[in-house]
Amino acid sequence: MATILSNEQLVNLSPSQRAWMRFKNNRRGYFSLWIFVILFLISLFAEVISNDKPLIIQYQQEYFFPLFNDYPETSFGGDFVTMTDYNDPYIIKKITEKGNWAIYPLNNYSYDSINYFAEIPNPARPSEQNFLGTDDRGRDVLARLIYGFRLSVIFALVLTAIGVLIGIIVGSIQGYYVGKVDLVAQRLIEIWSSMPELYLLIIFASIFKPSIALLVVLLSLFGWMGLSDYVRAEFLRGRNLDYVQAARSMGVSNTSIMFKHLLPNSMVPVLTFLPFRISGAILALTSLDYLGLGVPPSTPSLGELLSQGKDNIDAWWLSMTTFSVLVGTLVLLIFIGEALREALDTRRG
Amino acid sequence: MKKDIVDNNNTESSILEVKDLSVSFHTLAGNINVVRDINFSVDCGETMALVGESGSGKSVTAMSILRLHDEEKMDYSSSSIFFKGHNLLDVDESNIKKVRGSEISMIFQEPMTSLNPTFTVGSQIMEPMIIHKGMSKTAAKKRAIDLMELTGIPEPHYRFDAFPHLLSGGQRQRMMIAMALACEPKLLIADEPTTALDVTVQLQILMLLEKLKKDFSMAVLMITHDLNLVKRFADRVCVMQEGNIVEQGYVEALFAKPQHPYTIKLLNSEPERIIAEGETQALQDKRKLLTGQNLKCYFSSSKGFFKRTKNTVKAVDNIDLYLREGETLGIVGESGSGKSTLGRCLLRLEKCTGEIFFDEKQIDQLTHTALRPLRKEFQIVFQDPYSSLSPRMTIEQIVGEGLLIHFPQLNKDQRREKIKQVLLEVGLEDNILWRYPHEFSGGQRQRIAIARVVILEPKLILLDEPTSALDVSVQKQVLILLRELQERHKISYLFITHDLKVIEAVAHRIMVMKDGKIIETGETEQIFKNPQKTYTQNLLTASLFKNETDEKISA
Repeated sequence: MATILSNEQLVNLSPSQRAWMRFKNNRRGYFSLWIFVILFLISLFAEVISNDKPLIIQYQQEYFFPLFNDYPETSFGGDFVTMTDYNDPYIIKKITEKGNWAIYPLNNYSYDSINYFAEIPNPARPSEQNFLGTDDRGRDVLARLIYGFRLSVIFALVLTAIGVLIGIIVGSIQGYYVGKVDLVAQRLIEIWSSMPELYLLIIFASIFKPSIALLVVLLSLFGWMGLSDYVRAEFLRGRNLDYVQAARSMGVSNTSIMFKHLLPNSMVPVLTFLPFRISGAILALTSLDYLGLGVPPSTPSLGELLSQGKDNIDAWWLSMTTFSVLVGTLVLLIFIGEALREALDTRRG
Repeated sequence: MKKDIVDNNNTESSILEVKDLSVSFHTLAGNINVVRDINFSVDCGETMALVGESGSGKSVTAMSILRLHDEEKMDYSSSSIFFKGHNLLDVDESNIKKVRGSEISMIFQEPMTSLNPTFTVGSQIMEPMIIHKGMSKTAAKKRAIDLMELTGIPEPHYRFDAFPHLLSGGQRQRMMIAMALACEPKLLIADEPTTALDVTVQLQILMLLEKLKKDFSMAVLMITHDLNLVKRFADRVCVMQEGNIVEQGYVEALFAKPQHPYTIKLLNSEPERIIAEGETQALQDKRKLLTGQNLKCYFSSSKGFFKRTKNTVKAVDNIDLYLREGETLGIVGESGSGKSTLGRCLLRLEKCTGEIFFDEKQIDQLTHTALRPLRKEFQIVFQDPYSSLSPRMTIEQIVGEGLLIHFPQLNKDQRREKIKQVLLEVGLEDNILWRYPHEFSGGQRQRIAIARVVILEPKLILLDEPTSALDVSVQKQVLILLRELQERHKISYLFITHDLKVIEAVAHRIMVMKDGKIIETGETEQIFKNPQKTYTQNLLTASLFKNETDEKISA
């Protein structure tokens, strides 16, 4: 499987292309990346995979798209003018008889749809109706896992992107200008990083209405610091290298030196830490949700499922499934991270 | 021919025999054969030199003898290395450890990094004796101090407890030698033992090695790229090129009558004077392009909590100099003499006091922004072409960067045309625009670095050891290129180097520096023929390995 290139071909690649070659040669990391990307892409279409509304209905020679429009029950011959509950056996019968048909998603529940027609009390064990059972409020676990995974990954990506951006900017300014700028900034970082993060979160969670955006802001305030140290160190090392001196002696401006010369050569620690930062962010969100400090109650969240699993210790399908999703995601990210670290290690040819 | 030499050797007397040694490394590009079927032997008590340019496989060969490679990533195929009749490539890890440091020991090029900074030098010298000979601590300490004395370290009792950073480069290399000798090895492998040292220290270390070789009756395998050193210190020599031994024999015979074209090329690559006679005189009417007066650059470090005690290093101490149009001024000195700092001061890359006039403009008071447009006129070429080119920029970006700043009127196509022209001018192809620095050899990289500055049409180029990181054969080519560019564009050069042979080849005038001060200055021929100051004389004898002054220097 290891791709063998001729020396000639290898030499003609840019440094990043060579790193990509090395990454591809680590099969575990490469496949992990693919699996993770595919899972994430699929989860982006969660509404089509797992929803309590059919994708398309043909009722009396007319097409309906419940995903995009809300139709009252009366449209399908029901009795109420309220929104249709497409999992109501009465409605199912209505829209599937006499040449009418409906295409349902693979899983018939959205993250917040409650199965009012369950035959067993909630939390219900896995059955034909709910493949992975329901939680203690009768919501489908599989649907919540799919939506929860998507939310966690998006949250982690956003948080990481913001953290990386702030970290790079602060670290590069510190590392390039050194002296007083660096000294003051470093002291501020030390003070800032000694703030009790969790207490602040608890305080803010009680002051403001909890929301994803609030969490992103709060975690971003602290999340960039570890990274800025690495960027700063790389800049400190790089600013005295000959090619930077050469650029300076040519009259290249400071910003240009920072972003054209130093930054591309300082990205190794940033890239190496990306997967680990993403997994860290997923874990952070999960644990905050677990403690009840995270996202608002109805939001699908892995942490909230875990917390339910703790409260209903005999409902194994709650804790075990969430645990597997979480561990699977983190393991994939760590494999990717390992491969990335090896790929960026230039000593490996 | 190779076979003859091996067969003719009396195997009784040879201590090391390398037979059909092949070394290949596993890489992404498949297996790379670094050493190919080489044969040689080292006799008891002789100095064998492995000579070659970088990448010729000489260090790989030396490291194979001690099996210091990461063996999971490489292959010896069917090679054998016999040491006292045992095949070192067959013995297991625990047995090779018994050989390392006790029977065969090694000293490395870089004394700054080959000693562990967290232990005292004394404990590092004692270590092999305690491990290999099972000596008690007191006995080992006594022996260590003896060895330190033997290697010429002053006050060994006192130095025994010193940490490596307290010692100079030469002293550290002496410590490394003392450590290597601790178990009285039969074979000492010296991998470029003096390359990182100043010339005067270099000679001292080599003489020490020669003396110790006799005292301990050991054989020395010397790895080097320096032919002068081989000529002076080795008995036999193997010339390596691209993993093959192309020629081997006794030093006198080989130097007198080299057979292989590569050996001939190596011997001919010594720099020769490329400046016509009388040119220096002709330059005297030219106007002064650069003048520096009362230049001072002090670095001070403060100690103590209240920063009261100040320790001042006078890197440049009250120096006056001038440089005429089209002239090359060589600034010579050993490491720490302040020659690089002086150059950087003149280009306003380092803070200093004093007056600097460039092209009749006073530039020492200008702010960095005011200076920026002027930067085009004075450029700099660095020593190490591996670190002076950003590894993530293409050649077009590297060479074209200055154009963006100083010739903003050019459009993209004009820029590219100019880049191609200058690449051709420095002897490169013009189709390398989209390639990256790592694809080029050291010499080519230095050409790229030169192209980057020449494209701006500067009046002055500061050359900071531009050839010392290059192989000898490439060195000469780069010097010739620089000379051509000077003649064509009337560029002035400030040529900073420690290598007197190089400076003899290219400089019109020379300035010898020591501890931030000018020791001697004058025309090149004058200084080489008739140096006035003792320091200059010592420098000259040491760098040219003159035999007659041996006693004087070792004393």
